[in-house]
Amino acid sequence: MTSVITVPPSLDDHTFEQVVEQLASVPPDAKVLIDARHTRWASPYGLTALLTLGQTREERAAFHAPDAEETASYWARTGFFKYAEELFDLHGSVPRARGGESSVLLEITPVVKSEDVHEVVGRIQQKAQQILAKELNIDAKATVGFAMTLSEVCQNIVEHAGRGGWVAVQTYTWRKRLGRRVVVIAVCDAGCGFRQSLESAPGRVRSDRWDDAEALEEAVVRGVSRFRDPGRGQGLAGVRRYVGRWDGKVSVRSGTARIAIVPSWDDDVPLLEKLAPFPGSQVQVTIPERVAGGPR
Amino acid sequence: MMMHIDLSSVLRQTVSCELYSNLVTRPTGAAVRAQIEALLADARERSLTVIDFSHVGMIDFSCADEVVAKLLLRTTSSERGEREAYFLFRGVTDDHWDAIETVLERHRLALVLETDDGAARIVGIVGDGERAAWEKVYELGRTAPADLATALGAEESDAVEVLNTLHRRRLVMRTEEGYIAVGGIGIQHD
Repeated sequence: MTSVITVPPSLDDHTFEQVVEQLASVPPDAKVLIDARHTRWASPYGLTALLTLGQTREERAAFHAPDAEETASYWARTGFFKYAEELFDLHGSVPRARGGESSVLLEITPVVKSEDVHEVVGRIQQKAQQILAKELNIDAKATVGFAMTLSEVCQNIVEHAGRGGWVAVQTYTWRKRLGRRVVVIAVCDAGCGFRQSLESAPGRVRSDRWDDAEALEEAVVRGVSRFRDPGRGQGLAGVRRYVGRWDGKVSVRSGTARIAIVPSWDDDVPLLEKLAPFPGSQVQVTIPERVAGGPR
Repeated sequence: MMMHIDLSSVLRQTVSCELYSNLVTRPTGAAVRAQIEALLADARERSLTVIDFSHVGMIDFSCADEVVAKLLLRTTSSERGEREAYFLFRGVTDDHWDAIETVLERHRLALVLETDDGAARIVGIVGDGERAAWEKVYELGRTAPADLATALGAEESDAVEVLNTLHRRRLVMRTEEGYIAVGGIGIQHD
């Protein structure tokens, strides 16, 4: 029997939880059909998380592409189907990617090794400068911090995940919560996740409460790493600093928990526990358009 | 012995790609540092190396930790025995500074930066006394503890102590004739 997992009409970091909840009762080796026929929009997080979902299935899953031509065509331009066809049996109309997409700063790109991070950073720099300055009114100097942020979140995959993941960067207008343009970095993997990574630290003593939420607090808030080297853990701290400077948001989901550094413009919950389990780590960084009087 | 290391050249040799100009990722940083240390291995008792960032696009935190912090940590520890390695950092711009400053703070390190006009200044975690002493040594040129004490209006024993600290941190070089600020060689003194 094939379990049908319905992808919501609008797929982002919040609604992806509906997908994970549906999967929770389905064994990894069961046949599933990921049904995106009625999906009309997906954030970079949604698209990269769907790919990691494909990675988690022991039995190759089926995937039904969106019915809406415009949506399917957009997904193709982001590079989604290029990687999806390696992970899923694709159904429905799968358009070929034609031409670039102006809102996509970085199409979906696999991150497996250190060289991939060089490639990603090299590709993003010039385009990021244009977008940050012209569309988001952010000082051109912020481009370097943006590239550093991208580099550090991608490195988490290389250093800790134990298997490859994907990154995508896109701009869009976030009408629902913000009413402003944003640039969003999404980095998703289906690797070992934060808890298991920290547990691998030699001599590590676990507290009574030790779980995914505490692992996320340790890594994201306190900069703890599985390595004893005192220079470790600076990457995510640097990401937090950059995000804070530009009134942005960072959220990290791993295992059964999700932590977020929430700016004043958002009403997200800082820490969510006891979510349906999903392997690996899924990171989203959101930098909003700067308005008069905002941070410089 | 004075050396010049163009980090972008070392980077290209390390990652085997002509296109990369960014110092990103920890493995890249570790490889670049290993290359620098290999070059330093041939150095004699005392060496001054210019680490040149001029052609480096950007550096991230992980890479800065490997290339800058660990390089300084290893040369200020006793690992290298009698050999004294000093560094002058050139071509550091705002695009590099955020990451470098972060790792200096994390490890409580300091270094000497060459500015655009060819002058030098110390940056990082430096006490007021250390900064004042370093700047005076830089200004005076070769300086004996007594000269520094006079210039600062301090006790000679205090001058000895602060010079020892600056020397241990590889911010001034100790010679038989006195101390010289890193970055102060070749500067005209009245």
